[in-house]
Amino acid sequence: MYGLTLYIVLLPLFGFLTLGLFGSRIKNEKLIGIFGSGTVGISFIIASVIFVHMLGLDESQREHIETLYTWISTFTGTATSLDVSVAYQIDQLSILMTLVVTGVGFLIHVYSIGYMHGDKGYWRFFSYMNLFIFAMLNLVLADNFALMFLGWEGVGLCSYLLIGFWYEKKFTGDAAKKAFVVNRIGDFGFLLGMFLIFQTFGSLNFDTVFGSASVFSVGNPTLKWITLLLFVGAMGKSAQIPLYVWLPDAMAGPTPVSALIHAATMVTAGVYMVARCSVLYALAPATLQFVAAIGAVTAVFAATIGLAQNDIKKVLAYSTISQLGYMFLAMGVAAFSAGIFHLMTHAFFKALLFLGSGAVIHAMHDEQDIRHMGGLKKYLPVTYWTFLVASIAISGIPPFSGFFSKDEILWKAFSSDYGSVVLWFLGLFGAALTAFYIFRLVSLTFEGKERFSHDTHPHEAPRTMTIPLIILAFLSMVGGVVGIPRSLLGGNAIERWLEPIFASANSKLMISEHNVAWGEYVLMTLSVAVALAGIYAARLIYLRRMEIATAFVERYNKIYNLILNKYYVDEAYDKAIVTPIVNASDKILWKGFDVGIVDGLVNGSAGLVALTAQWLRKIQSGVAQNYAIIFIGGIVFILTWLLLK
Amino acid sequence: MVPIQSYLALSAILFVIGAAGVLARRNAIIVFMSIELMLNSVNLTLVAFSAHLGNATGQMLVFFVMTVAAAEAAVGLAIVIALFRRKKTVNLDEINILKW
Repeated sequence: MYGLTLYIVLLPLFGFLTLGLFGSRIKNEKLIGIFGSGTVGISFIIASVIFVHMLGLDESQREHIETLYTWISTFTGTATSLDVSVAYQIDQLSILMTLVVTGVGFLIHVYSIGYMHGDKGYWRFFSYMNLFIFAMLNLVLADNFALMFLGWEGVGLCSYLLIGFWYEKKFTGDAAKKAFVVNRIGDFGFLLGMFLIFQTFGSLNFDTVFGSASVFSVGNPTLKWITLLLFVGAMGKSAQIPLYVWLPDAMAGPTPVSALIHAATMVTAGVYMVARCSVLYALAPATLQFVAAIGAVTAVFAATIGLAQNDIKKVLAYSTISQLGYMFLAMGVAAFSAGIFHLMTHAFFKALLFLGSGAVIHAMHDEQDIRHMGGLKKYLPVTYWTFLVASIAISGIPPFSGFFSKDEILWKAFSSDYGSVVLWFLGLFGAALTAFYIFRLVSLTFEGKERFSHDTHPHEAPRTMTIPLIILAFLSMVGGVVGIPRSLLGGNAIERWLEPIFASANSKLMISEHNVAWGEYVLMTLSVAVALAGIYAARLIYLRRMEIATAFVERYNKIYNLILNKYYVDEAYDKAIVTPIVNASDKILWKGFDVGIVDGLVNGSAGLVALTAQWLRKIQSGVAQNYAIIFIGGIVFILTWLLLK
Repeated sequence: MVPIQSYLALSAILFVIGAAGVLARRNAIIVFMSIELMLNSVNLTLVAFSAHLGNATGQMLVFFVMTVAAAEAAVGLAIVIALFRRKKTVNLDEINILKW
């Protein structure tokens, strides 16, 4: 049964290789689309079968490791040798991630069949998407840090390839480069963390490392550094402050890419990594505080930027950064399963939001500015209703999924020994902003007056695009069922499912099962109230009283411009870091060293040889008697030398 | 009897005169004459030693040298004539095409 795990990972790889090698010769788009989606779909089915099998097993029997082959094996003759295998670990956490990745991935592949229709790189798109799924599965199923890092880098590569998919446009190439470079900075931290882990534990294997972590006491400095460095990697991959700047630019890629990579899966890799290493983080409370702080601040910071953006995808990009902040906030207050729960629900409604925006962009013939939209619900009913469902979910209105996951995070931020009122308040404020900006988006895009010219003729998307929307809407509505907390008479199934994973972390943190406190109901009511207020305010302003918005912009012009221009962070980075490095590379490394010294040496030595040759060739005068003189001279010299010896 | 040193000294002087001629003269015919002079000085040395040592081997070698000198003069002059037909001169300083 577990042997099927290998097929989950290898099928997308097979898809990538087949489409990559032969795709350009296949003229039938449908074939490519079905094949590309099929590999992911079959992976999902296998994962589901394994999941169902696991449900029937006893808790202690659910973890299983499948080894493919030994990757690195060094024999040093001493205690520590590096042994890394390509081995996959199926347990409660990884199967959950696998289901999300393959499930949402499959829906997005199907959506892409319609969305990418007519593109001349159709086969290339599906091969890259399959490669991405392969890399992501390696990341979530790996049983050691090295294989996880392979997946980590692999998804970064696919992100680069897919953001820059339309490579003929310069700005997409720039966005792809930016994503890769910023990611790399994070990856450097991750690598340093890995080195430290190997030095400390002598192994990169999860079971070994997490098993022997118990010998360390809470607050150990080595563990603090390990967890911090790993988190730097997460900051890059999951777009937290200060390494979030690549995600808004990444919107230059096709919308399915934004949905899959920059909403549902790749950016969640950091969250998964923290969850996987929960034992290590439990032993480093300082890092946990840092994680929570970064998460909360990012959540609010990004939400404020999202308020003012006019590009439909940029609003969603900042929304993603903000929601990822919530996930890290959860991790930071040691609510690990809450963070994973939010990861899952967010995958549903954020993918849906992006795919919906894709349908809008498709209908509006590549218009992305919401100021030029409006009243689209008449023309795109399915898109409108599914988008609305996702918006309600992300705002955290019960009984939709987003309510349960977000509320769990806010409750834990408030009540946990590792949380604080400040963190909770930031989360609450962020929730208000979230509701506001998402309904601003809905109102300006789908409702109200039509602000576009009627030559555009918007029309609803084809069924390959709308059916995934409907499925994701359904999941956004009911997906919360697995996490209904005990306070609302649910069994909190997801927390119980993941409990064995986080058991050792929780025991170190001394987190016990809290009884339901009345405070939880108060907080719940507050967050719903705040969300409803945000929705009401957004609809009031953008549907009926636009003058409030314009007056606000005029009166607080400076603040508005600050937010509209994303707090000028990109410009600051450019001035402080990018431009100096580019200049130094240009003037010192290129012109000074490479051209001046290296080329100078090579050309110089050639020049020296040439000069010498110019001088020496004059000996060959062509007059035979000159040569004869030299003969005689030589003979005389030799004879004198012999005589004098 | 004339001592052998006289013959050898004469031969050496003739050789040097011949060598100087080969190196310093411009006219190709004069250079050939100098070469012949060098060869003949060697002949003189050989004959002197042959008479002094009472061994006929020296005189035998003289025959060979004379034969070779004759053949070489014939071929050399043929080359000079071919060269003259081309460049209309026998001035060795002007024959310098095979250079840099």
